[in-house]
Amino acid sequence: MSAHVVPVKTYAAIFATLLGLTALTTGVAFIDLGPLNTVAALTIAVVKMLLVALFFMHLRESPRLTKVVVIAGLFWLLLLISLTLADNLTRGWTPVPSGWQSGATQSQP
Amino acid sequence: MKLATTEFTHAHQFDDNAQQLDAASLGMWVFLLTEIMFFGGLFCGYAVYRSQYLPSFEAGSRLLDITFGATNTAVLLASSFTMALAVRAAMMRHRKALMTFVALTMLLGLAFLGIKFFLEWVPDWRDGVVPGLHWAPSVEVVQHVARHSGAVLARVEMFYVFYFFMTGMHALHMVVGLGIMTYLLLKARTGALTCGHFAPVEVSGLYWHFVDIIWIFLFPLLYLIGGRY
Repeated sequence: MSAHVVPVKTYAAIFATLLGLTALTTGVAFIDLGPLNTVAALTIAVVKMLLVALFFMHLRESPRLTKVVVIAGLFWLLLLISLTLADNLTRGWTPVPSGWQSGATQSQP
Repeated sequence: MKLATTEFTHAHQFDDNAQQLDAASLGMWVFLLTEIMFFGGLFCGYAVYRSQYLPSFEAGSRLLDITFGATNTAVLLASSFTMALAVRAAMMRHRKALMTFVALTMLLGLAFLGIKFFLEWVPDWRDGVVPGLHWAPSVEVVQHVARHSGAVLARVEMFYVFYFFMTGMHALHMVVGLGIMTYLLLKARTGALTCGHFAPVEVSGLYWHFVDIIWIFLFPLLYLIGGRY
Protein backbone atom coordinates (compact mmCIF):
# COMPACT_ATOMS: atom_id res chain seq x y z
CA MET A 1 0.00 0.00 0.00
CA SER A 2 1.64 3.20 -1.08
CA ALA A 3 0.56 6.48 0.44
CA HIS A 4 -2.33 6.94 -1.96
CA VAL A 5 -5.00 9.29 -0.63
CA VAL A 6 -8.53 8.21 -1.58
CA PRO A 7 -11.12 11.03 -1.89
CA VAL A 8 -13.66 11.34 0.96
CA LYS A 9 -16.41 10.99 -1.66
CA THR A 10 -15.32 7.41 -2.42
CA TYR A 11 -15.40 6.42 1.27
CA ALA A 12 -18.81 8.11 1.68
CA ALA A 13 -20.19 6.25 -1.35
CA ILE A 14 -18.91 2.91 0.03
CA PHE A 15 -20.41 3.67 3.46
CA ALA A 16 -23.79 4.55 1.88
CA THR A 17 -23.71 1.33 -0.16
CA LEU A 18 -22.91 -0.70 2.98
CA LEU A 19 -25.87 0.87 4.82
CA GLY A 20 -28.11 0.17 1.81
CA LEU A 21 -27.02 -3.48 1.73
CA THR A 22 -27.70 -3.77 5.49
CA ALA A 23 -31.25 -2.48 4.93
CA LEU A 24 -31.66 -4.86 1.98
CA THR A 25 -30.48 -7.98 3.85
CA THR A 26 -32.72 -7.08 6.83
CA GLY A 27 -35.70 -6.57 4.49
CA VAL A 28 -35.11 -9.86 2.65
CA ALA A 29 -35.24 -11.73 6.00
CA PHE A 30 -38.95 -10.83 6.23
CA ILE A 31 -39.79 -12.45 2.87
CA ASP A 32 -40.12 -16.23 2.63
CA LEU A 33 -37.76 -17.43 -0.10
CA GLY A 34 -37.17 -20.91 1.31
CA PRO A 35 -33.49 -21.96 1.20
CA LEU A 36 -32.74 -18.88 -0.92
CA ASN A 37 -32.98 -16.74 2.24
CA THR A 38 -29.68 -18.15 3.46
CA VAL A 39 -28.11 -17.78 0.00
CA ALA A 40 -29.26 -14.13 -0.25
CA ALA A 41 -28.06 -13.27 3.29
CA LEU A 42 -24.62 -14.80 2.70
CA THR A 43 -24.22 -13.28 -0.78
CA ILE A 44 -24.96 -9.80 0.58
CA ALA A 45 -22.54 -10.42 3.48
CA VAL A 46 -19.78 -11.42 1.03
CA VAL A 47 -20.39 -8.29 -1.07
CA LYS A 48 -20.18 -6.15 2.09
CA MET A 49 -16.97 -7.92 3.12
CA LEU A 50 -15.44 -7.24 -0.31
CA LEU A 51 -16.38 -3.54 -0.15
CA VAL A 52 -14.83 -3.15 3.31
CA ALA A 53 -11.68 -5.11 2.37
CA LEU A 54 -11.10 -3.51 -1.05
CA PHE A 55 -11.82 0.10 -0.14
CA PHE A 56 -11.62 0.65 3.65
CA MET A 57 -8.73 -1.80 4.08
CA HIS A 58 -7.02 -0.53 0.90
CA LEU A 59 -6.66 -4.04 -0.54
CA ARG A 60 -7.40 -2.54 -3.97
CA GLU A 61 -4.18 -0.50 -3.86
CA SER A 62 -2.12 -3.12 -2.00
CA PRO A 63 0.83 -4.95 -3.57
CA ARG A 64 0.11 -8.27 -5.23
CA LEU A 65 1.87 -10.15 -2.40
CA THR A 66 -0.70 -8.87 0.12
CA LYS A 67 -3.57 -9.85 -2.17
CA VAL A 68 -2.17 -13.37 -2.64
CA VAL A 69 -1.80 -13.78 1.14
CA VAL A 70 -5.42 -12.72 1.72
CA ILE A 71 -6.77 -14.98 -1.02
CA ALA A 72 -4.73 -17.92 0.40
CA GLY A 73 -6.29 -17.29 3.83
CA LEU A 74 -9.84 -17.21 2.44
CA PHE A 75 -9.12 -20.37 0.42
CA TRP A 76 -8.03 -22.16 3.61
CA LEU A 77 -11.23 -21.04 5.33
CA LEU A 78 -13.22 -22.41 2.38
CA LEU A 79 -11.41 -25.77 2.76
CA LEU A 80 -12.14 -25.86 6.50
CA ILE A 81 -15.86 -25.30 6.06
CA SER A 82 -16.49 -27.20 2.81
CA LEU A 83 -14.60 -30.37 3.78
CA THR A 84 -16.24 -30.44 7.23
CA LEU A 85 -19.70 -30.05 5.69
CA ALA A 86 -18.86 -32.56 2.93
CA ASP A 87 -18.52 -35.15 5.71
CA ASN A 88 -21.36 -33.92 7.88
CA LEU A 89 -24.07 -33.37 5.28
CA THR A 90 -23.53 -36.68 3.46
CA ARG A 91 -23.49 -39.11 6.40
CA GLY A 92 -26.98 -40.47 5.73
CA TRP A 93 -26.32 -41.10 2.04
CA THR A 94 -24.83 -44.60 2.24
CA PRO A 95 -26.62 -47.21 4.37
CA VAL A 96 -24.74 -49.06 7.10
CA PRO A 97 -24.19 -52.67 5.84
CA SER A 98 -26.78 -54.97 7.44
CA GLY A 99 -25.66 -58.11 9.24
CA TRP A 100 -22.40 -56.49 10.18
CA GLN A 101 -22.49 -57.92 13.72
CA SER A 102 -23.31 -61.45 12.58
CA GLY A 103 -20.49 -61.45 10.04
CA ALA A 104 -18.38 -63.78 12.19
CA THR A 105 -20.92 -66.63 12.01
CA GLN A 106 -21.49 -66.12 8.27
CA SER A 107 -17.83 -66.63 7.49
CA GLN A 108 -17.92 -70.22 8.77
CA PRO A 109 -16.93 -72.67 6.01
CA MET B 1 3.00 20.88 24.47
CA LYS B 2 5.82 20.54 21.98
CA LEU B 3 4.76 18.66 18.87
CA ALA B 4 6.94 16.09 17.14
CA THR B 5 7.93 17.67 13.86
CA THR B 6 10.89 15.55 12.74
CA GLU B 7 10.13 14.09 9.31
CA PHE B 8 9.76 10.33 9.51
CA THR B 9 12.40 8.19 7.82
CA HIS B 10 12.18 4.43 7.39
CA ALA B 11 14.08 1.93 9.56
CA HIS B 12 17.49 1.01 8.11
CA GLN B 13 16.49 -2.49 6.90
CA PHE B 14 14.00 -1.00 4.41
CA ASP B 15 14.67 0.63 1.05
CA ASP B 16 12.14 3.42 1.56
CA ASN B 17 9.08 4.51 3.56
CA ALA B 18 6.67 2.82 1.13
CA GLN B 19 8.39 -0.56 1.55
CA GLN B 20 8.23 -0.28 5.34
CA LEU B 21 4.51 0.51 5.13
CA ASP B 22 3.90 -2.49 2.83
CA ALA B 23 5.77 -4.75 5.26
CA ALA B 24 3.75 -3.45 8.21
CA SER B 25 0.39 -3.94 6.53
CA LEU B 26 1.38 -7.40 5.22
CA GLY B 27 2.33 -8.39 8.77
CA MET B 28 -1.05 -7.20 10.03
CA TRP B 29 -2.85 -9.14 7.29
CA VAL B 30 -1.01 -12.34 8.28
CA PHE B 31 -2.19 -11.81 11.88
CA LEU B 32 -5.72 -11.21 10.61
CA LEU B 33 -5.56 -14.54 8.72
CA THR B 34 -4.94 -16.32 12.04
CA GLU B 35 -8.02 -14.48 13.30
CA ILE B 36 -9.98 -15.66 10.26
CA MET B 37 -9.04 -19.25 11.14
CA PHE B 38 -10.09 -18.68 14.77
CA PHE B 39 -13.49 -17.24 13.91
CA GLY B 40 -13.68 -19.67 10.95
CA GLY B 41 -13.67 -22.58 13.39
CA LEU B 42 -16.64 -21.03 15.18
CA PHE B 43 -18.49 -20.39 11.91
CA CYS B 44 -17.78 -23.98 10.85
CA GLY B 45 -19.08 -25.39 14.16
CA TYR B 46 -22.15 -23.20 13.83
CA ALA B 47 -22.79 -24.53 10.29
CA VAL B 48 -22.49 -28.15 11.48
CA TYR B 49 -24.86 -27.76 14.45
CA ARG B 50 -27.28 -25.60 12.49
CA SER B 51 -27.57 -28.22 9.75
CA GLN B 52 -28.32 -30.90 12.35
CA TYR B 53 -30.63 -28.87 14.65
CA LEU B 54 -32.25 -26.66 12.00
CA PRO B 55 -35.74 -26.08 13.56
CA SER B 56 -34.24 -25.40 17.00
CA PHE B 57 -31.65 -22.97 15.61
CA GLU B 58 -34.40 -21.15 13.68
CA ALA B 59 -36.51 -20.91 16.84
CA GLY B 60 -33.47 -19.55 18.72
CA SER B 61 -32.68 -17.07 15.96
CA ARG B 62 -36.23 -15.68 16.09
CA LEU B 63 -35.80 -14.92 19.79
CA LEU B 64 -33.09 -12.35 18.97
CA ASP B 65 -34.11 -8.72 18.45
CA ILE B 66 -33.52 -7.90 14.77
CA THR B 67 -33.83 -4.12 15.41
CA PHE B 68 -30.84 -4.09 17.77
CA GLY B 69 -28.90 -6.35 15.39
CA ALA B 70 -29.49 -4.10 12.38
CA THR B 71 -28.85 -0.91 14.38
CA ASN B 72 -25.57 -2.30 15.67
CA THR B 73 -24.55 -3.27 12.12
CA ALA B 74 -25.12 0.34 11.01
CA VAL B 75 -23.22 1.68 14.06
CA LEU B 76 -20.25 -0.58 13.35
CA LEU B 77 -20.21 0.30 9.64
CA ALA B 78 -20.23 3.99 10.62
CA SER B 79 -17.23 3.35 12.89
CA SER B 80 -15.42 1.72 9.97
CA PHE B 81 -16.18 4.80 7.88
CA THR B 82 -14.74 7.16 10.52
CA MET B 83 -11.71 4.83 10.88
CA ALA B 84 -11.07 5.03 7.12
CA LEU B 85 -11.25 8.83 7.42
CA ALA B 86 -8.82 8.70 10.38
CA VAL B 87 -6.26 6.83 8.25
CA ARG B 88 -6.81 9.37 5.48
CA ALA B 89 -6.25 12.25 7.94
CA ALA B 90 -2.99 10.65 9.14
CA MET B 91 -1.81 10.33 5.51
CA MET B 92 -2.60 13.99 4.89
CA ARG B 93 -0.91 14.97 8.19
CA HIS B 94 -4.00 16.56 9.74
CA ARG B 95 -3.42 16.03 13.46
CA LYS B 96 -6.72 17.49 14.67
CA ALA B 97 -8.77 15.60 12.06
CA LEU B 98 -6.95 12.35 12.95
CA MET B 99 -7.74 12.79 16.66
CA THR B 100 -11.37 13.69 15.92
CA PHE B 101 -11.94 10.65 13.72
CA VAL B 102 -10.21 8.25 16.13
CA ALA B 103 -12.38 9.66 18.96
CA LEU B 104 -15.52 9.27 16.82
CA THR B 105 -14.54 5.66 16.02
CA MET B 106 -14.19 5.00 19.75
CA LEU B 107 -17.58 6.58 20.51
CA LEU B 108 -19.30 4.45 17.86
CA GLY B 109 -17.48 1.36 19.16
CA LEU B 110 -18.70 2.15 22.69
CA ALA B 111 -22.25 2.66 21.35
CA PHE B 112 -22.09 -0.81 19.76
CA LEU B 113 -20.93 -2.40 23.02
CA GLY B 114 -23.56 -0.46 24.97
CA ILE B 115 -26.41 -1.68 22.75
CA LYS B 116 -25.02 -5.21 22.82
CA PHE B 117 -24.64 -5.35 26.58
CA PHE B 118 -27.51 -3.31 28.04
CA LEU B 119 -30.20 -3.87 25.42
CA GLU B 120 -29.43 -7.48 24.45
CA TRP B 121 -27.30 -9.41 26.93
CA VAL B 122 -28.90 -8.05 30.13
CA PRO B 123 -32.47 -8.85 28.94
CA ASP B 124 -31.14 -12.26 27.77
CA TRP B 125 -29.87 -12.87 31.29
CA ARG B 126 -33.29 -11.96 32.72
CA ASP B 127 -34.96 -14.34 30.24
CA GLY B 128 -32.66 -17.06 31.58
CA VAL B 129 -31.39 -18.04 28.13
CA VAL B 130 -27.69 -17.76 29.04
CA PRO B 131 -26.41 -21.37 28.85
CA GLY B 132 -25.17 -22.95 32.07
CA LEU B 133 -25.48 -25.93 34.39
CA HIS B 134 -29.06 -25.07 35.35
CA TRP B 135 -30.51 -23.72 32.13
CA ALA B 136 -33.88 -22.26 33.06
CA PRO B 137 -35.39 -20.12 30.28
CA SER B 138 -38.47 -18.03 31.08
CA VAL B 139 -42.03 -19.20 30.37
CA GLU B 140 -42.21 -16.95 27.29
CA VAL B 141 -39.10 -18.57 25.79
CA VAL B 142 -40.41 -22.08 26.52
CA GLN B 143 -43.76 -21.21 24.90
CA HIS B 144 -42.02 -19.68 21.88
CA VAL B 145 -39.98 -22.85 21.35
CA ALA B 146 -43.08 -25.04 21.84
CA ARG B 147 -44.91 -23.13 19.05
CA HIS B 148 -42.04 -23.83 16.64
CA SER B 149 -42.58 -27.31 15.18
CA GLY B 150 -39.56 -29.58 15.51
CA ALA B 151 -37.70 -27.31 17.92
CA VAL B 152 -36.24 -28.87 21.09
CA LEU B 153 -35.45 -26.71 24.12
CA ALA B 154 -32.08 -28.36 24.82
CA ARG B 155 -31.03 -27.71 21.21
CA VAL B 156 -32.09 -24.06 21.45
CA GLU B 157 -29.61 -23.90 24.34
CA MET B 158 -26.94 -25.03 21.84
CA PHE B 159 -27.92 -22.11 19.61
CA TYR B 160 -27.38 -19.80 22.56
CA VAL B 161 -23.97 -21.37 23.26
CA PHE B 162 -22.89 -20.31 19.79
CA TYR B 163 -24.66 -16.96 20.03
CA PHE B 164 -22.98 -15.93 23.28
CA PHE B 165 -19.57 -17.32 22.40
CA MET B 166 -19.46 -15.74 18.94
CA THR B 167 -20.88 -12.34 19.91
CA GLY B 168 -18.80 -12.48 23.13
CA MET B 169 -15.54 -13.12 21.26
CA HIS B 170 -16.48 -10.38 18.82
CA ALA B 171 -17.15 -7.95 21.69
CA LEU B 172 -13.80 -8.91 23.26
CA HIS B 173 -12.11 -7.97 19.98
CA MET B 174 -13.97 -4.65 20.10
CA VAL B 175 -12.63 -4.00 23.62
CA VAL B 176 -9.08 -4.73 22.40
CA GLY B 177 -9.79 -2.38 19.46
CA LEU B 178 -10.84 0.38 21.88
CA GLY B 179 -7.51 -0.11 23.70
CA ILE B 180 -5.64 0.29 20.40
CA MET B 181 -7.68 3.43 19.61
CA THR B 182 -6.75 4.89 23.02
CA TYR B 183 -3.08 4.30 22.20
CA LEU B 184 -3.52 5.96 18.79
CA LEU B 185 -5.23 8.95 20.40
CA LEU B 186 -2.39 9.45 22.92
CA LYS B 187 0.25 8.98 20.21
CA ALA B 188 -1.56 11.28 17.75
CA ARG B 189 -1.67 14.01 20.40
CA THR B 190 2.13 14.34 20.26
CA GLY B 191 2.04 14.70 16.48
CA ALA B 192 4.07 11.50 16.07
CA LEU B 193 1.52 9.99 13.66
CA THR B 194 1.22 13.01 11.38
CA CYS B 195 4.87 13.48 10.38
CA GLY B 196 4.81 10.89 7.60
CA HIS B 197 4.64 7.81 9.86
CA PHE B 198 1.02 6.69 9.55
CA ALA B 199 1.65 2.91 9.49
CA PRO B 200 0.36 2.50 13.10
CA VAL B 201 -2.93 4.14 12.08
CA GLU B 202 -3.13 2.07 8.90
CA VAL B 203 -2.61 -1.32 10.65
CA SER B 204 -4.92 -0.38 13.55
CA GLY B 205 -7.48 0.47 10.89
CA LEU B 206 -7.00 -2.98 9.30
CA TYR B 207 -7.75 -4.59 12.68
CA TRP B 208 -10.83 -2.43 13.28
CA HIS B 209 -12.24 -3.14 9.78
CA PHE B 210 -11.59 -6.85 10.28
CA VAL B 211 -13.69 -6.88 13.46
CA ASP B 212 -16.37 -5.09 11.44
CA ILE B 213 -16.24 -7.84 8.77
CA ILE B 214 -16.76 -10.53 11.45
CA TRP B 215 -19.92 -8.72 12.53
CA ILE B 216 -21.04 -8.41 8.88
CA PHE B 217 -21.23 -12.24 8.91
CA LEU B 218 -22.50 -12.69 12.48
CA PHE B 219 -25.52 -10.45 11.85
CA PRO B 220 -27.13 -12.52 9.03
CA LEU B 221 -26.03 -15.89 10.46
CA LEU B 222 -27.43 -15.27 13.96
CA TYR B 223 -30.27 -12.78 13.44
CA LEU B 224 -31.53 -13.13 9.87
CA ILE B 225 -31.44 -16.64 8.41
CA GLY B 226 -33.83 -18.05 11.03
CA GLY B 227 -36.58 -16.35 9.02
CA ARG B 228 -38.84 -13.55 10.21
CA TYR B 229 -41.83 -14.07 7.94
